[in-house]
Amino acid sequence: MDRTNDFAIKIATVNGTGSASANTLLMKSIFRSGIPVMGKNYFPSNIQGLPTWYEIRVTKDAYVARSGKIDIMVAMNAETYARDVREVASGGYLIYDSTWPRPALLARDDITVMGVPLAKLCNENFNGVRTRILMKNICYAGVLAALLDLDVGKIRGLLAETYAKKPQLVDSNMKAIQLGYDYAKANLACPLPLHVVPLHDEASKTRGHILIDGNTAAGLGCVYAGATVAAWYPITPSTSVMDAFKGFADKLRVDPESGKKNFAFIQAEDELAAIGMVLGANWNGARAFTATSGPGVSLMNEFLGLAYYAEVPAVLFDIQRVGPSTGMPTRTQQCDILEAAYASHGDTKHVCLFPRDPEECFYFARDAFDLAERLQTPIMVMSDLDIGMNDWMCPDLTWDDSYVPDRGKVYTKEQLEKMEKFHRYLDVDGDGIPYRTLPGVHPKGAYFTRGSGHTQYGAYTEDSAEYQIVLDRLTRKFATAKRLVPLPVVDHDPKIDIALVAYGSSDGAVKEARDILSAHGLKANYMRLRSFPFGEDVEKFLEAHKLIFVIEQNRDAQMRSLLTLETRVPKEKLRSLLHYSGLPISSEFIVKGVLAEVEPKARKPEAVAGGAA
Amino acid sequence: MTFLPKPKVRHPSLPKNALGLTRRDYEGALSTLCAGCGHDSITAAVIEATWGLDLEPQNMVKLSGIGCSSKTTAYFVSGGHGFNSVHGRMPSIATGANAANRALTYVGISGDGDTLSIGLGQFCHAIRRNLNMAYLIENNGVYGLTKGQFSASADLGTKAKKGEVNQQPPIDPVLLALTLGATFVARSFSGDKQQLVPLIQAAMRHKGFALVDILSPCVTFNDHEGSTKSYQYTREHYDAAVHADFVPFQREISADYAAGETLPVVLHDGSRILLRKLDANYDPTDRGAAMSAIQERLKKGEFLTGLLHVDASGGKEFHDVNETPAIPLNQIPHERLSPGSAALAKVLARYR
Repeated sequence: MDRTNDFAIKIATVNGTGSASANTLLMKSIFRSGIPVMGKNYFPSNIQGLPTWYEIRVTKDAYVARSGKIDIMVAMNAETYARDVREVASGGYLIYDSTWPRPALLARDDITVMGVPLAKLCNENFNGVRTRILMKNICYAGVLAALLDLDVGKIRGLLAETYAKKPQLVDSNMKAIQLGYDYAKANLACPLPLHVVPLHDEASKTRGHILIDGNTAAGLGCVYAGATVAAWYPITPSTSVMDAFKGFADKLRVDPESGKKNFAFIQAEDELAAIGMVLGANWNGARAFTATSGPGVSLMNEFLGLAYYAEVPAVLFDIQRVGPSTGMPTRTQQCDILEAAYASHGDTKHVCLFPRDPEECFYFARDAFDLAERLQTPIMVMSDLDIGMNDWMCPDLTWDDSYVPDRGKVYTKEQLEKMEKFHRYLDVDGDGIPYRTLPGVHPKGAYFTRGSGHTQYGAYTEDSAEYQIVLDRLTRKFATAKRLVPLPVVDHDPKIDIALVAYGSSDGAVKEARDILSAHGLKANYMRLRSFPFGEDVEKFLEAHKLIFVIEQNRDAQMRSLLTLETRVPKEKLRSLLHYSGLPISSEFIVKGVLAEVEPKARKPEAVAGGAA
Repeated sequence: MTFLPKPKVRHPSLPKNALGLTRRDYEGALSTLCAGCGHDSITAAVIEATWGLDLEPQNMVKLSGIGCSSKTTAYFVSGGHGFNSVHGRMPSIATGANAANRALTYVGISGDGDTLSIGLGQFCHAIRRNLNMAYLIENNGVYGLTKGQFSASADLGTKAKKGEVNQQPPIDPVLLALTLGATFVARSFSGDKQQLVPLIQAAMRHKGFALVDILSPCVTFNDHEGSTKSYQYTREHYDAAVHADFVPFQREISADYAAGETLPVVLHDGSRILLRKLDANYDPTDRGAAMSAIQERLKKGEFLTGLLHVDASGGKEFHDVNETPAIPLNQIPHERLSPGSAALAKVLARYR
């Protein structure tokens, strides 16, 4: 079977040794050869010294998820040799640093073990302990370049771009690449049967695409959406959303005439303050946002309840990580779904968006601000560590210059002037969305924003009926939200009564799993949820199927719970496939899970992927 | 609390400010606090101060947290927007609001519980950011709405209504603000309107964070024998060190002072504060000396009051640090905020 342009490499190193640059180098050079790639970084919550892995999947079919199978392992970390050896799929390859021979690695006779004396090569050619360690990692990239038949010229080009300001680094890095490359050429069977065949020009599958992480795309989206106030408290894995926003804003948002910054960037004292600042700014008519992760959302709960009840717009990116509590801060999960949907005490419900990749992070950033101001309520964009911190191949982001932000129902000075009296919480249009005013515009617009009981006219109340009028209108507003949020993406063949339901970063794995299942003769429809609250499209899809697998990356089937609470679907129809190891979900996991419950009509077992999920 | 709209009765002879507005125009809803509450006197002082400053009501933003004090933002300047947020978190709302629109006047009203316990962190960080706002603490040493627990400003040895004696040292917001670098720090007493009104005016005009800690006795839970925050105790133990008269920009100095008696301090907007030292040895422009003097008197159970420290330059306030433009961020048109498709194409080149 031809396995060119279709295999997975995993690189095991120690964090803090510069392996990230080597891995990016490899990934980008394959991407620039026209072949789609997926890169996933499994890193520890640590700065230096703990095991870290990087997985690169070369995938001519442009699958964006883990297959669950590793074909080539680069074992650079003696501490994890044992498990790294075990993980290689039968027939695969293992490359290790043979400066210190490890006969035990040969214990498997179904894989090919290749030793390269990386440390020795680097010790002979470089000076300084730190340099030698860093260069050893660049050196394995050279070995892989030879084994995979990568274009060394492209690698040099990438190094030249990366180190444009430090040209001496281009030479030293290139020297390390060449050392590995030459050694492999002379001593190993290059190229491996699993190698890269460039797809040039028209054949290229990466033209019109970029490699970008979701946090960068989200930060960029906020700049484009016109956000002017960004407030946050540092927390993994969300911090790079803010870094990206600031990085882009520093370049794109400085007034050419005055040199002043058309944005305020505030590092808050904690998440409570961060969301408070976001509310204060949105209340005052700026587009403001924060980015955080589960623990931060926990802290923000009280303010989110105020924003819901006092009807203050806000945009919050939740880059989900493994919980509960501190959990595993550098691993991924979709475990804040219920926390976000029902954040805060009292009867509260929040609009959530579920981007599947960096591309949607960019566009959902824009949509989130429009929705927040239209609905006068917090919008939570539920990304995760996998989307946020890994590089994904996405179509080029585009921007429509005719875009006009939806600032929602805000009375202008002229409107207030003509008005007899302004009532903040009155349902004027019958859609449950009241009108608001901004401070400093007109004395008639003045009102008192409060989290305590209030009437539809904006006055304090402890009157039951008055209180309920406002609460019931909020329910109507949430119903209006169903019509405004992004619709689910549905692939529905009415002849099929089995369905998969997923959201967010699971989408790539589901797509691939459906192809594999289809090869088994098992066809399943698919609905990708993109938002909460759920609208009629979701109801109809659920109604149309007998058996529905809800695929998610948490232990407690949070989305399944939300669906049973918020739609008419009978609980019994929903089966859960739950992946909560902290690694991104694989297509193999889904295939196995579905096959365990459903007997395919025509089974083709060779298509089932092996290895660990 | 019930909401009582205040009847608007117009009297043609009521004095008008430069905007043609009377003091009535700066009032709010009727207070529902206990009769005799110190906070109501502060509300009256805020009304007097804002009227005297000729402030456009809609340009005033009133912020508060939770507690008796925080309710009072509803009782003045009904033409200004109010935001009664959550307990102890008013400074963050103020920070965001101020970031969005620097052109408005921000007044925060808080209490000793709201500021010194649950909100201590946010209070400190608002000072560190030198947020351009007047921050008034209505300080009564006690939790009123939950019926009489000690607050963090309760003095050592003070007695609760039910007889319990406080054994933990207080947090003094004035000393704290001085430590954190605040450029305008004042203390006053709700019963001293003469002193309070110009202090509030100067605080509102000061560029940067301006703190006015106002001793404001709680008639219901902390006005008994043995309390160090009662009306009687406060009257007996407060001592004005510096009197500050406020003179708005371009207004004539009308008060009659003997030569050499006053020290004029010019604020950022051209307004002046006329400091009249009541204690010849006290220097309000020297932060260190001010702190020592305040501490010395606190040891004796006495509160120095007045404008205890002022640095009229205000230092670098939040917007200076953030290098934001003079135009409020919420008024920049979208075309100037969104970099457009051509810039996006350039950005994407980095990700190929």
